[in-house]
Amino acid sequence: MADIQSPLPGTFYHKPSPEEPAFKSAGDAVAVGDVIGLVEVMKTFIEVKSEIAGSFSGYSVDDASPVTAGQVLATLD
Amino acid sequence: MPLKIIKPGLSTSVQDLGRPGYFHLGIPIGGAMDRYALRAANMLVGNDEGAAGLEAVFMGPEIEFTEDATVAVCGADMPMMVDGEAVEPWTSFDVKSGQTLSFGFLKTGARIYIAVSGGIATPPDLGSRSTYPIGSLGGVEGRPIAEGDVIPIGGGAGKAGRSVPAELRRGPGNPAQLRVLPGLYWNRLTEAAGKGFFEDTWTVAPEADRMGYRFRGGRHLEFVDREQPFGAGADPSNIVDGCYSYGSIQVPGGTEPIVLHRDAVSGGGYFTLGAIISADMDLIGQLQPNTPVNFVKVDMEQSLAARAERKAGLQKIRDALA
Repeated sequence: MADIQSPLPGTFYHKPSPEEPAFKSAGDAVAVGDVIGLVEVMKTFIEVKSEIAGSFSGYSVDDASPVTAGQVLATLD
Repeated sequence: MPLKIIKPGLSTSVQDLGRPGYFHLGIPIGGAMDRYALRAANMLVGNDEGAAGLEAVFMGPEIEFTEDATVAVCGADMPMMVDGEAVEPWTSFDVKSGQTLSFGFLKTGARIYIAVSGGIATPPDLGSRSTYPIGSLGGVEGRPIAEGDVIPIGGGAGKAGRSVPAELRRGPGNPAQLRVLPGLYWNRLTEAAGKGFFEDTWTVAPEADRMGYRFRGGRHLEFVDREQPFGAGADPSNIVDGCYSYGSIQVPGGTEPIVLHRDAVSGGGYFTLGAIISADMDLIGQLQPNTPVNFVKVDMEQSLAARAERKAGLQKIRDALA
């Protein structure tokens, strides 16, 4: 198990845009540098990239919810 | 000589105390959002208080030093390391040539100020090194720093181990309290709306930036009925275009208050219900999105007393470090 943490505070999104599916679903392979979500702050969307490789277990916070820096956004197996 | 930017962070920029004198031309004063923290960091490394430093918001940069320097970081609470070894905030420390300064996750506050002995030595524009990206002024080519940038510094060494006493490290509370002096257009609001503005708890919206801080979550503000004057827009929150001040609070459509900050626009067609007092402007620069905020009504006398108190706080730091 490994955590992916938010690099900064803002609003976390699972999807690249409302019409598209989430970046990752449970069981997906995650490579180093893969985008797993977006954090919106100051009118900017910042990509959250995984710094580790593994298998995606799921998001730890709901889509479009407020997050703080360091908060766990998703976990990998 | 220079600093090498390995990771820029988010919109990290060179800032000093700004370029006063051009607001009538639409060029804002700019400069550090939290001037108190920038001044303190400069004092710690032995710089002029107005020397340029780096302002980083929400995320720290990663910087390699290519010469020895004395460094201090003040403002938000964000762990930091020199070559992986933790160093103390609000305290000067030495960084040797070849070492790297990096940061962990932000805990409280929003912006850190990194002062380096000799100051950041990028070329000034209109008398200031402050970065104003919209006008391409100051900083590194008029923009926030980017990966691979090489940033000149003034050089020289300060004294390591100097520290701002804990009681003088100023930050916003939670909920934050921001003091407001009602202004020229206050009478556009109904009595109930004026009361509600101060009673409600607002939260910082994610859109908050150097130009303005937006708040949401309070009740919709109702306006006194009137026939809109010639030249004013149709919405009751519109006025005939007027000048804005730093700290002025506009509420487009009566829904979400916006406090204009260091990179503010200088005028426009929204009524402003008043202004955040100058003593509390620095605190806004330390607000994270989703922080609860209460606006507190004050009069001119209280505003001036708060300004004097803030000045006295800075003097206490000078005395403590003398």
